[in-house]
Amino acid sequence: MGMFSLSAMLVAALIAIAIMSLFGDNALFMSGLLQGAWLTVQITLLGSLLAVIMATTAALFRLYGAPPLRWLAVTYVEFFRGTSALVQLFWLFFVLPLFGISMDPFSVGVLGLGLNIGAYGAEVVRGAVQGVHRGQWEATTALNMTRWQALKRIILPQAFVAMIPPWGNLFIELLKSTALVSLITMSDLTFRAKTINDTTMQTIPIFTLALLTYLVMSLTITIGMRWLERASLRGMVRGRGR
Amino acid sequence: MSATTNHPMVRFEGVTKRYGALTVLDDLNLEVGRGEKVAIIGPSGSGKTTVLRMLMTLERIDGGVIWVDGEPMTHMQKNGQMVPAEPKHLRRVRSKIGMVFQHFNLFPHMTALANCTEAPMTVLGLPRREAEERAAELLNMVGLGDKKGHYPAQLSGGQQQRVAIARALAMRPKIMLFDEVTSALDPELCGEVLQVIRKLGSEHDLTMLMVTHQMGFAKEFADRVCFFYQGKICEQGEPKELFTAPKNERTQQFLRAVLEAV
Ligand SMILES: Nc1ncnc2c1ncn2[C@@H]1O[C@H](COP(=O)(O)OP(=O)(O)OP(=O)(O)O)[C@@H](O)[C@H]1O
Ligand SMILES: [Mg+2]
Repeated sequence: MGMFSLSAMLVAALIAIAIMSLFGDNALFMSGLLQGAWLTVQITLLGSLLAVIMATTAALFRLYGAPPLRWLAVTYVEFFRGTSALVQLFWLFFVLPLFGISMDPFSVGVLGLGLNIGAYGAEVVRGAVQGVHRGQWEATTALNMTRWQALKRIILPQAFVAMIPPWGNLFIELLKSTALVSLITMSDLTFRAKTINDTTMQTIPIFTLALLTYLVMSLTITIGMRWLERASLRGMVRGRGR
Repeated sequence: MSATTNHPMVRFEGVTKRYGALTVLDDLNLEVGRGEKVAIIGPSGSGKTTVLRMLMTLERIDGGVIWVDGEPMTHMQKNGQMVPAEPKHLRRVRSKIGMVFQHFNLFPHMTALANCTEAPMTVLGLPRREAEERAAELLNMVGLGDKKGHYPAQLSGGQQQRVAIARALAMRPKIMLFDEVTSALDPELCGEVLQVIRKLGSEHDLTMLMVTHQMGFAKEFADRVCFFYQGKICEQGEPKELFTAPKNERTQQFLRAVLEAV
């Protein structure tokens, strides 16, 4: 979908929220939901940051690291992809304290979801790096660059462009899985919706507003990533292909 | 390594290259003198590209030694013994060699100017200003002084290849390798690239090895032509001799086929 239709959808969702807020107690519900949404946004942003760092590190370890590092990276990816995100959160929140390490629920949320999405991201980064044409590596050798210089200046910047769309998906995935933190005592958007519903029983408007709020956040991510992709492709594909 | 000795600039000494069971180069011996221009011709699959790629250290060799500017490149002397070169040694010797590829291999995310300043800055440690001056001078030399800010995708094939030549020259190599640098180009764009190479030949004291299918250019430009056949130099000599009176039957066959195709 084009940038225009995405933006139109975002505006439509915002208008729908605004119109709904004119009726009954909806404005009150909405302000409660927004407090939860703010927490959801914070966990999404910090979790995404952690995911990108973990993914890049794991991918580079796996591709270019010494055997122990490669092994470490494979273990990380397989472990976090192969087990349930919810159980990972429970484990960090309920089991880790039994070993004397306790974290506040916010840190657990960021850490758990960041590590989980980072494991998927590692494969995205690895694929994108391997997708850069071999001729680019050869050019860096002919120019006598070291492997690290080549990666940093030539290979990763090109891989970056290819990574943007799949990362967009992963960030949205992360946004949606933040709902899980409501199960480790955090008052995120989902938790708020549930508690407001428990006290008011206004099920239809409450959960509709919650859905629309999630939609606004995910559309923002999609539009942001589109914009980023466009900005980083500037010059690279205009006119003739490479 | 003093500059006064008259060692060859490049020397392949019994070099062998295999891909699995396939022997691509078989006990190759080849010397290229300082400033000499050598054209490499031969049928497809005869190992021409492989020769250049080994010299550029893009391929490992399976036997023999490659010497560059009087010292072994693929090996180094340690306690009087020849041992395979360590990366550091390889990097030092490699700094004398530049290469231009058939498909340009420009960095698509960088402008023409940045393509030419990247390695001088990161590898040689030149300050940006100096690297940009050098790059601008070279882009002018290849006739692209007005395209500094263009990305590769915004340039024609011939222009891209000229940027690639400037990029390689910005590292100030003593040896330049050209692998069929015009064969990915439309015929009308070959001339501008060959013109640049001609200029290089006359203006610089560069040693050049070029794989080419353009017999006319090889004849006019090269000091020596090597005809490769099945991983061996089948015949070599001055272009006038080799093109007009080839001694070897295979050379005769090859040249006849090429000339018919034109
Ligand atoms: N990576 C590789 N793996 C296996 N075989 C290879 C590889 N690279 C080259 N070869 C083989 O080595 C032989 C020589 O290849 P090379 O590219 O040097 O030929 P060439 O003379 O440059 O041919 P052309 O004129 O078609 O470019 C060919 O038979 C080729 O199939
Ligand atoms: Mg070839």
